[in-house]
Amino acid sequence: MSVLELIIALPLLAALAVWLGAPARAASLGATFINLALVLYMAVQYWGKTGLAFTYSRPILENPSLSFAVGADGISIILALLTALVMLAAIWQIEDRPPIFYVSSLLIGGGAMGAFLTTDVFFIYAFHELALIPTFLMIALHGRAEPAQRKAVAWKATIYLGAGSLVLLAGLVWLVLEFSGGSKLTFDLEALRSQARLTPLPDAKQAQIFFVLLLGFGSLVSLFPFHSWAAPAYATAPTPVAMLHSGVLKKFGLYGLIRIALPLLPHGAHVEWVQNALLVMLLGNILVMGLVTIHASRLDDTLANSSVMHMGYIFLGIAAGTDIALKGAVILMFAHGISIALLFGLCGRMRNQLGTLEYNKLGGLANHAPSFTVLFAFGAFASIGLPGLTNFAGEVMIFLGNFTEFKAGVLTNLQWTVILALWGVVMSAVYMLRAYRSIFHGTPATGLFMIDPAFSQRLPFILLAATLLVTGCCPWLLLNLMKSAL
Amino acid sequence: MHASIILLLPFFSALVILLGHRQLKGASVLISVGSSVISFIACVALLAVADDKENTKLLLPFLDVGQFHANIDVLIDKQSRGMMFIVSFIGMLVHIFSLGYMKDDDARPRFFGSLSLFMFSMTGIVLAGNLIMMFIFWELVGLSSYLLIGHWYQKASAAEACKKAFLTNRIGDFGFMIGILLLFGLNHGDVSLESLRDAFVQGGPLFDTHTTHPGLITAAALCIFMGAVGKSAQFPLHVWLPDAMEGPTPVSALIHAATMVAAGVYMLVRVSFLIEASPLAAEIIAGIGCFTALMAALMATQQNDIKRVLAYSTLSQLGYMVMAVGAVAMAAQHGHAAHGPNPGHPAMFHLYTHAFFKAMLFLGSGAVIYACHHEQDVWKMGGLRKHMPVTFWTFLIGTLALMGLPYITSGFYSKEAILGAAYDSGCSILFHSAALTALLTSFYMMRLVIIAFFGKPRTESAHHATEVPVIMLLPLVILAVFSILSAWDGFATPLQALKPAHEPPHATVLFASIAAFLIGTFGAIYLYRGKDKDPISIKLFANKFYFDEMYAVIVRVFQDRLAWIVTALERVLVDGLVARLPTAIVARLGAATRMLQGGHLQGYTFLLGGGVIGVIYLVVFVLPRLGH
Repeated sequence: MSVLELIIALPLLAALAVWLGAPARAASLGATFINLALVLYMAVQYWGKTGLAFTYSRPILENPSLSFAVGADGISIILALLTALVMLAAIWQIEDRPPIFYVSSLLIGGGAMGAFLTTDVFFIYAFHELALIPTFLMIALHGRAEPAQRKAVAWKATIYLGAGSLVLLAGLVWLVLEFSGGSKLTFDLEALRSQARLTPLPDAKQAQIFFVLLLGFGSLVSLFPFHSWAAPAYATAPTPVAMLHSGVLKKFGLYGLIRIALPLLPHGAHVEWVQNALLVMLLGNILVMGLVTIHASRLDDTLANSSVMHMGYIFLGIAAGTDIALKGAVILMFAHGISIALLFGLCGRMRNQLGTLEYNKLGGLANHAPSFTVLFAFGAFASIGLPGLTNFAGEVMIFLGNFTEFKAGVLTNLQWTVILALWGVVMSAVYMLRAYRSIFHGTPATGLFMIDPAFSQRLPFILLAATLLVTGCCPWLLLNLMKSAL
Repeated sequence: MHASIILLLPFFSALVILLGHRQLKGASVLISVGSSVISFIACVALLAVADDKENTKLLLPFLDVGQFHANIDVLIDKQSRGMMFIVSFIGMLVHIFSLGYMKDDDARPRFFGSLSLFMFSMTGIVLAGNLIMMFIFWELVGLSSYLLIGHWYQKASAAEACKKAFLTNRIGDFGFMIGILLLFGLNHGDVSLESLRDAFVQGGPLFDTHTTHPGLITAAALCIFMGAVGKSAQFPLHVWLPDAMEGPTPVSALIHAATMVAAGVYMLVRVSFLIEASPLAAEIIAGIGCFTALMAALMATQQNDIKRVLAYSTLSQLGYMVMAVGAVAMAAQHGHAAHGPNPGHPAMFHLYTHAFFKAMLFLGSGAVIYACHHEQDVWKMGGLRKHMPVTFWTFLIGTLALMGLPYITSGFYSKEAILGAAYDSGCSILFHSAALTALLTSFYMMRLVIIAFFGKPRTESAHHATEVPVIMLLPLVILAVFSILSAWDGFATPLQALKPAHEPPHATVLFASIAAFLIGTFGAIYLYRGKDKDPISIKLFANKFYFDEMYAVIVRVFQDRLAWIVTALERVLVDGLVARLPTAIVARLGAATRMLQGGHLQGYTFLLGGGVIGVIYLVVFVLPRLGH
């Protein structure tokens, strides 16, 4: 038995226990605390190492060969750390809610853990689907809108993500069949990888499969133009679900691209038509969604759209495909997850206390809620890409990673894309500072009153803000987990 | 060792204040002031132990990926040591002045915490050994400037001003980052200042590019310059600096006059080899600086807010320094100066003298504002000379230094060096505009002194003004001494201020400099002596050439309106084509789909689950058989 199995099983078992009637808060918090400790232990064990560790395999089927195989490398560990942190914060900040909130959070977190820590394509896919179902249900049942509206929102997300999952499944099946070539079929990622090294597919075929996978994984990450489920879903979702989905689960698509698509189809992303298509789509994320975010007039809208926008930068790292850019993409996945979870968590609190998130009705909150303001500032400035908070390290690595291969006199399409994408950094500052100004600066609007939450209620947010500061000042902490070249 | 103390002490001071200001209360002020004093001592020690060997030392790791490193490493040479002295010295004096100025402010811990954060970030810029580190701290000074301009965030004007400052700087940083990326690509992933300079001077890869693709070098130089345009508030990104005066006055003195806004100039001097490599870039830089200097001087002649006059004056002087950077590079291209990093750069020398007298003037205006109960309109002052003698005399000394009183004040020598550089550049427009700017500088500063300090008090608050406490006077006096003496060899040499190579000045330059001083001064005395309201009124200058209005329109049309259109298109097209159209098609396909549209989400979710299981079954059990 591997420690990874314990990490995956713990939240799922806790969900079962709560569902069967165990004290919801105590059981959930206990399980997530232990989980975080286990993940940290795993990170310390892995510190400075390379390759796949903590592997363990339980065969299920002979042919096709299918086994419950777990294993983790740096990327998995960083994402497991993200999951553990966000899960803890999301569950910690739940107050006075029915047990289903805890159950669904544990299921989403456990599902994400499973997706990040298993090494069999079948289970990677299945765990993600497991985590999606409570997401839909929670939006439909406990969303922050009229029943009809929240059902419509849940529907939209379901259809998009369901369709995306099916496309993804088709791509994965295609991939597996291509590699099996009539002989033994395997879903084991390591086996597929070594096969891809020995007998790589022709470039044209790589490009086709990669594109299908890109569409599939991409819709799960709100790649433009398959993104329009995201903003209403996050704005409507109950706070812990918004934190967990935008912070953790959405990273699954990116993880899949880095973990499955890039190693198995190393040339797929660089065939010209695929690359150009990806660049256009990610610029859609950054520039179009940047403008859409500027137009937003409510905090939840701003955050939801900004979260779609920032995915563009991670796709940019994937498009570059260089070692620096890919590691930057992983760091940005971690950073974005922590910062958006922090912002959605605080946003949920504001909605509970103030009843509105409209900018023109808010103002002056810094006067009476200084600590809350500081915590929000951490999230806001992180997402702006301020150095010293983690997002900057990821972004700058992605940008630099696109310029490692430089021919004087000719800028490649990738490099032009970086230059255009840099304008998005200005746009992020525009909408975030506008939001910050209208919520926290100025004099308190009449009838709106909010004071700092008690220290114990601030702790989950402090945990996230401190993570941003520590890994932002010392991004090498994360890089040390990714010693092997990607 | 010294470098790590200087860099990290203010960081920990800021961190401790952030975490513990409720428990610490008054102690947080002492922590901040104490750290600034210790930093200053360490900087002086750094001057003393200085050796002349330039080298980059690793201080802290940051990013480290295979061949690529971007770490916190410091480059300690004459330039950075001299700049560090200015930053830590004025920083310490401003901390002390603030003890008095911010005495009654409830949010003092926040103020001093932000001040420490600023000291940390500014130190990082000065010591930065590579461009990525410089960019990191470049952004962080932007943050501390944001926090300090917005210190009184309850006021709408302050809240808007800090936002404007940050966003305008972001536009500059957009270019700065592109420039760094280009250099990163050109120099094969190494952006340390030493390696870049070697690459240019000793014919590395950049040198080859220089000959094969001069356009790329020009592009890189201009992109890097864009960072300086933002930070040093050059046209067209100058609009944030006057608004930044919403911050407490000590902040204006430290950040928006002496140090942070000069960081752009410092950075340009650090990469002067790059600018010298591109004639076009040098000309554009000189042109922008020259235009900013003249434009801001014209605006300053019609301002009535004491801090705004000084703010426009700062703009103008920064333009002067930027012009000098371009002019020196142009002169070097014409063979007027040695190639490579010139230790005695006129821009750096003016930065050094300007830092003292402009900080002094701002702190002096702070004393005046404090004494007049936060009155900032000079036409509501008057006669302060008698009520506040020490403030008056120090302010007058600062003014004379800024005007460049010949042979006595430090400002004369540094301004003359810049006029000389403009003269050497071979471009007569530069020289003439620079001389005209010098004339206007004398004019508006003399105007300010006459209106505020001479004549009779025009309001009650001016009438009851009394001298400020000693803790505020002390920094004024110290800075006044420096305003006079800082250009003297006895001061400048140990402070490693690097006077430009001493050549006998051209007679034309000397004449222009003295004539500008005299005409400006006597013009102002003639026009403003004994006046109670402004005898001249030029709307264009008073309204700052209507830049704010123009930019407001640009933002409205090209950002907000565009955002509105894009949002509408995104809803209609993307949602319509990607979501509605397929849904509509599916909906017509039959009764089975009607169930989907019925809104039974649980039902659908089970369906989805069932579908997934079905597909999995297909994959696991059916497909393999097809393979055989």
